[in-house]
Amino acid sequence: MTSTHHTTTPPALVPKAPRGRQSTRPASVSPRRTTRVIILSATALFLGTPIAALVGFTIRGGLDGGLTADHWLGLFSGDLGAAAKPLAAGVQNSLVLALVTVALMLVLLVPTMVLVRLHVPRWEKVIEFVCLLPLTIPAVALVVGLAPVFRVVAQIFGSSSWTLAFAYVILVLPFSYRAIHANLMAVDVPTLTQAARSLGASWFHVLWDVILPNLRRGILAASFISIAAVLGEFTIASLLSRTNLQTSLVLVAKQDPYLSNIVVVLSLVFALILLIVIGRVGNQPRRSRS
Amino acid sequence: MTALVDTIDSPTSPETGSATVELTDVVKHYGQMQALRGFSLTLAPGELVALLGPSGCGKTTALRSLAGLEPVTSGVMTVAGADVSHLPINKRDMGMVFQSYSLFPHMTAQENVEFGLRMRKVPADQRRERARGMLAEVGLEGLEHRFAHQMSGGQQQRVALARALVTRPRVLLLDEPLSALDAKVRVELRDLIRRIQTDLKITTLFVTHDQEEALAMADRVAVMNNGVIEQIGTPEELYSRPRSAFVADFVGLSNKLPGSIVGGVIRAYRATFDLLGAPLDDGAVIAYVRPEDVEFADNGVPAVVVTSSFLGAHRHTVVRVVEDGVLVTIQHAANDAKSPGDRVGIAFSGRPACATPA
Ligand SMILES: Nc1ncnc2c1ncn2[C@@H]1O[C@H](COP(=O)(O)OP(=O)(O)O)[C@@H](O)[C@H]1O
Ligand SMILES: [Mg+2]
Repeated sequence: MTSTHHTTTPPALVPKAPRGRQSTRPASVSPRRTTRVIILSATALFLGTPIAALVGFTIRGGLDGGLTADHWLGLFSGDLGAAAKPLAAGVQNSLVLALVTVALMLVLLVPTMVLVRLHVPRWEKVIEFVCLLPLTIPAVALVVGLAPVFRVVAQIFGSSSWTLAFAYVILVLPFSYRAIHANLMAVDVPTLTQAARSLGASWFHVLWDVILPNLRRGILAASFISIAAVLGEFTIASLLSRTNLQTSLVLVAKQDPYLSNIVVVLSLVFALILLIVIGRVGNQPRRSRS
Repeated sequence: MTALVDTIDSPTSPETGSATVELTDVVKHYGQMQALRGFSLTLAPGELVALLGPSGCGKTTALRSLAGLEPVTSGVMTVAGADVSHLPINKRDMGMVFQSYSLFPHMTAQENVEFGLRMRKVPADQRRERARGMLAEVGLEGLEHRFAHQMSGGQQQRVALARALVTRPRVLLLDEPLSALDAKVRVELRDLIRRIQTDLKITTLFVTHDQEEALAMADRVAVMNNGVIEQIGTPEELYSRPRSAFVADFVGLSNKLPGSIVGGVIRAYRATFDLLGAPLDDGAVIAYVRPEDVEFADNGVPAVVVTSSFLGAHRHTVVRVVEDGVLVTIQHAANDAKSPGDRVGIAFSGRPACATPA
């Protein structure tokens, strides 16, 4: 311990990121630059190749290997032919499902987690267990259990496409729980609540003015990740014979493979944007207002 | 009851005056555990009472019960004669400062201080004015737009104090607000709290486990042990006439001398002391004797100096009594230097003392 201390370069001289062989740190925790480049390249290649192929396919002009923007232009000119109908329905259903799922998830999770934190913290482990449980259940198994439930749901709410959100809430629970939980742990909810109460705040004001603003990041992250999960869901919708973005894409692919692949590219871009936003929300530095 | 609700809801009540606060026979159980066992305390209008006691004795529980943060098992609490025992927290009109930093992290200092006024529906311009004034009062002029994470611990507690006081509550409750701060800031802040509290004449309950803090700040100190108040009095009373060995030991320094009770008085090392507090049966006891009640005497009890420390106005010298090896601290004039190993004699002033059966 003492000897390392003597040989360590003064903090000012240690480069922030180790630069290749010049790194003066004897045993750096992070890998060398070359190692990192190799790992990153391999990963990028592995994930990027299919996506590049996908994009390539959407701009291919037939079998001769020429390039064309016709397929993309067709999408924006609104001239989609017979494939358009199921696709539009799928997109619409998925967007509605995303909204309903997020709303249900927030209404279900946020008050529960806050109240448990405040009043029965020893139940937190139970809540966590329940919320993480869906991770361990394969979608197929979930559907087997859900089918009879959905017969009842259909009797109560009819069989509109949005009712699938009841299943999706279960699906997104683990991710949403994690996002909100991380935020909740970083905030001293009991003390803030007591401070607000002693200053004359009603329970409504405690929640609205004090707790929710401090859970903003967790709530946003949970919402975005839920949207991404819902837009990408195929198994449950397919097995319950519902139409959503993914099932309609499968249909469309049979009629117009170009169109279905363009939509896949677009939904990937959308998911990418969501991920960037989640990252931003998590790291956003707060600045003083004046 | 209606009067209280009115003062809370009325938008402009800068002066609500000071109130008597009375807790009578408050009992609080946590399951099997009795945190308060018949806790009674009366605070005169505008008075600062320090609730002093070792960790776990129930200080926080008492304060939180008064604030309404903990439901009590039984007992009555009144403010200015009105029963507040069943009022919800947000209607009790009591300012609180917590031990842990409790500023709302998403609000600036200014917004934090305005919060209580906003809940009382005070118009925005008045709110801004009063919050600014209060922040200036606690010495934070110019830091109105800082967030909690941009302030030191001491500054955060100043904001918390301003936030608690800006609504002019009738009672101020402080739960070890200084214990997370370093020594210098702690002294600065305790002087600030005392000054503002005196200016506003606000009835204040200050919880602390630091006897120096309690003695320095309070009009009266209530020494608490095991869920009840052992003794309440001015700092001078507690120091010179402790009613029990616990108080003598907890407030100020005491030597613990082996002795015995003979006919109702304490005998230890050839000296006799009148017994303070409840009478004890004859038998062996530990006597609690202040360092200033011990002096050097040429033909006193033989002892050897162990250490001697200079404390500015005076000196504390620790000696080991030759006959039984007991360590005794003596407070004496600073110019009377002693060195370790010096052979001395000690004698006792014989002032009344407390004792517990050995
Ligand atoms: N929420 C609680 N549940 C169970 N026991 C508690 C709770 N809060 C406090 N206690 C117990 O009550 C006693 C008094 O606690 P407290 O008032 O916090 O003491 P102090 O503030 O004097 O250190 C302690 O023994 C503590 O363990
Ligand atoms: Mg405490």
